[in-house]
Amino acid sequence: MSGLMRIQVPVQDTPPPSPPVPVLGRPTGSEPGGEPGGEPGRDSGTGTVRHLSLSQPRLPRWAGWLVAVVSAAAAALVSLTLGWNFVGAAVLAVVLYGVALPVWSRLVENPRAARDRLMTTLVWSAFGLALVPLVSLVYTVLRNGLGVVNGQFLTFSMRNVIGPGGGIYHALIGTLLITLAATLISVPVGLLTSIYLVEYGERSRTARTITFLVDVMTGIPSIVAGLFAYALFVLFFGEGVRMGFGGAVALSLLMIPIVVRSCEEMLKLVPRDLREASYALGVPKWRTIVKVVLPTALPGIITGITLAIARVVGETAPLLIIAGATDSVNSNLFAERMETLPVFIYYSFTQPGVPAEYGQARAWGAALVLIALVMALNLLARAVGRLLSPKTVR
Amino acid sequence: MSRPRQRVGDRIFFNITRLAGLLILLALAGVAIFLTTEGLPAFTAPSDALGGAANFATYVAPLVFGTLLAAVLALLIATPLSLGVALVISHYAPRRLATPLGYLVDLLAAVPSVVYGLWGLAFLGVRLSPLYGWLEQHLGWIPLFAGPASTTGRTILTAGIVLAIMVVPIITAITREIFVQTPTLNQEAAFALGATRWEMIRLAVLPYARSGIVSAVMLGLGRALGETMAVAMVLSASGVVSINLISNTNPSTIAANIALKFPDSTGLAVNALVASGLVLFVITFLVNFAARSIVARSERSLA
Repeated sequence: MSGLMRIQVPVQDTPPPSPPVPVLGRPTGSEPGGEPGGEPGRDSGTGTVRHLSLSQPRLPRWAGWLVAVVSAAAAALVSLTLGWNFVGAAVLAVVLYGVALPVWSRLVENPRAARDRLMTTLVWSAFGLALVPLVSLVYTVLRNGLGVVNGQFLTFSMRNVIGPGGGIYHALIGTLLITLAATLISVPVGLLTSIYLVEYGERSRTARTITFLVDVMTGIPSIVAGLFAYALFVLFFGEGVRMGFGGAVALSLLMIPIVVRSCEEMLKLVPRDLREASYALGVPKWRTIVKVVLPTALPGIITGITLAIARVVGETAPLLIIAGATDSVNSNLFAERMETLPVFIYYSFTQPGVPAEYGQARAWGAALVLIALVMALNLLARAVGRLLSPKTVR
Repeated sequence: MSRPRQRVGDRIFFNITRLAGLLILLALAGVAIFLTTEGLPAFTAPSDALGGAANFATYVAPLVFGTLLAAVLALLIATPLSLGVALVISHYAPRRLATPLGYLVDLLAAVPSVVYGLWGLAFLGVRLSPLYGWLEQHLGWIPLFAGPASTTGRTILTAGIVLAIMVVPIITAITREIFVQTPTLNQEAAFALGATRWEMIRLAVLPYARSGIVSAVMLGLGRALGETMAVAMVLSASGVVSINLISNTNPSTIAANIALKFPDSTGLAVNALVASGLVLFVITFLVNFAARSIVARSERSLA
C-alpha cells in the first residue's frame, strides 16, 4: 500500500509548469467568499488573469493516504461482518481505493487527473498482483519443505524405501552430473560462437543468420529438446533408450543460446582501444582475443554462464523423456536411467506411493532444495558480476 | 591501409569459432531432421497406436486446440499484468526501488516450472475451486463457465493462470527495456504540454514501444505454447475439445500430453508423441520467428 501513496507525491511535482501557479487557482474552489484578486502580492489586472488561470484545484497531498486508510477500514469492516477471509478484504480494499480516489479527484480536480489516478492505481495493482504468486509460492514451499530437509534427506537415496525415510541423494548426484555435462558441452560451443559473432562476424551473412537463429532457439520448448535427444540417441542405442548423457545433450540445446547471448553482450563491452593497443604491439588477432579480450570480459562471462546453469538446472521435461527415473544412485552418465531433482519432485508428488503423505512431503522437501539451489546460483552470479566487474567497466 | 597479414594461428582460431557457430545451425537443423525421421511412422500408423484416433491429424488436432487455448488464456491474463509491472519498474517506482523490484520479477522467472506445477496443483487449484463453483452458479449461462465446476481446481483455467505467472517475467523483461529507452525529450515534451503522467505514457511511451510490446507478447506466447510440466501437473486432461474452462474434463496440450504419456509408451505410440512434438516445434518456431523478425525490424528502423 505504501508504494501506492508514495508515488502520488511526484505527480504534483513532476509536470514542469507548476512553480507558484497553484496559489492562483485555489481560491476559486476552496475559499467560499474569496474575492478574485484577494492576494495582495498580485495586483495589476487580476480580473483578466483570473479567467486565464493555468492551474486547477488539486487534491491535498495526503488525499491518497486518507482514501487508502478509509477503504482499508471499510473493507475490514465489511469482511468481518460477512465473514470473508483476508484475500477478499484485500481485494475489496484495492477496489474501493481504485474507485474512491478517482471519483474524489473528478469532483475536485478534473476528469484527466481522475483518469491519471485511476491508471496509477491499476498499474500498481498489476504489479502487486504479479508478486502475489511469488510470495505465496515461496511461503508454501518453505512451510511444507522445511520440516523435511535434514541430513538424512540429503544423504540417502530412495532405494528400497516404502513409506517414511529415504532422501534425494540419488537425484542430487544425477542433477549435478547431468548439469555438469551440459555445461561442459555448452560453454565451449557457446563461447566460441559468441567470439565468432563479435570478433569475426561483423557484417557477414553467416553471422547474421546465426544471431537470428540463436534468438529463435531460445524459444525451443524444453520438451522438444528432450524429444530431439531421444530421437538422436535412438539411432545409436535402439528404442527405449534412457541415459543421463542424453539429458545433458537436451539441456545443452537449451543452454547454448543463453550462453551465446550473454557472452556476446560481454564481449561487446570490451573497449575497442584494448584490442587496437594489442594489435599495435604486433600481437596476432587470436592471441589478442585469448589474452586480452577474454580476460577482460571474464567476470561477465562467468555471470552469464552461472545464470544459464541456474536456468537449466530446474528443467524437468527433457530429463523425464531421456534420463528417466530410478530409485537408486547411478553415477554413470552413459548407461541406465538417472534420477534428477526436478523429475524426483514430479514423481514423488504425482505418484507418491501408498501412504501418500510421505512421498508428497519428500516432493516439497526436494522442491525447497531445488529452489534454494537456483536462488543460490542466481545470487552467486550477481556476486561474481559485482565483485569482479570494476576491472571491465572503467 | 592494408589488412593485417593472416597468420596460421589466426586462421585456425577463426575456423574453430566458425565451426562452433555452424554447429549451432546444425543442431537446429538436427532438431527438425531427427524429429521428422522419428515421427514419420506416426503419419501412417493404425488407429490403435494413436489412442483411437483415425489418423494423425485427428490425433493431434484436439491437442493443438488445447495448447492454443491454454496459451491464449495465459496471454489474456499475463499481458496487462506484465505491462503494469514493466511500467512500475520503468516509470512509476522511485528510481532507488526500481532495480530491486526488477530483481524480484526476475526471481519469478528463476523458479523451476516443476515447482510452479507443484504449487498450482497443491495450493492454487484448491484455492480456486470455490471460485469455480461461484462462476458456475452465477455465470453458468456463458459457455466458458458451463461447468460442472471442478472440485479439485485442476482445470484449464488454473493451468492458464499458472502459465500466465510463468510468462509475466518474459514479457516484462522485454517491455521494460523498451519503455526505459523511450526518448526523454518526447516524455518531457508531453509533460511540458501539461500531460498527466498517464497521458504522457499513452502519448509518448506506448506508441514508441508498440512493436516491442507485440514481439514481447509473441515471445511469451512461444513460451506458453511449449511449457510442459506446470500444465502436465495442474491439468486434469482428457483430450476433449471444449471451451468449458472450469470443468473436470479438459483439453490436453501437446507438451503435457508428451510428458504424461512418454515414460510408459512403446512402439508406434512413441513415434506419434514425437510427431506431435514436431508439430509443437513448428508452431513455436513460427511464433518465435515472427516475434524476432518484428524485433529485428524495429531495431533497424530505430538505428
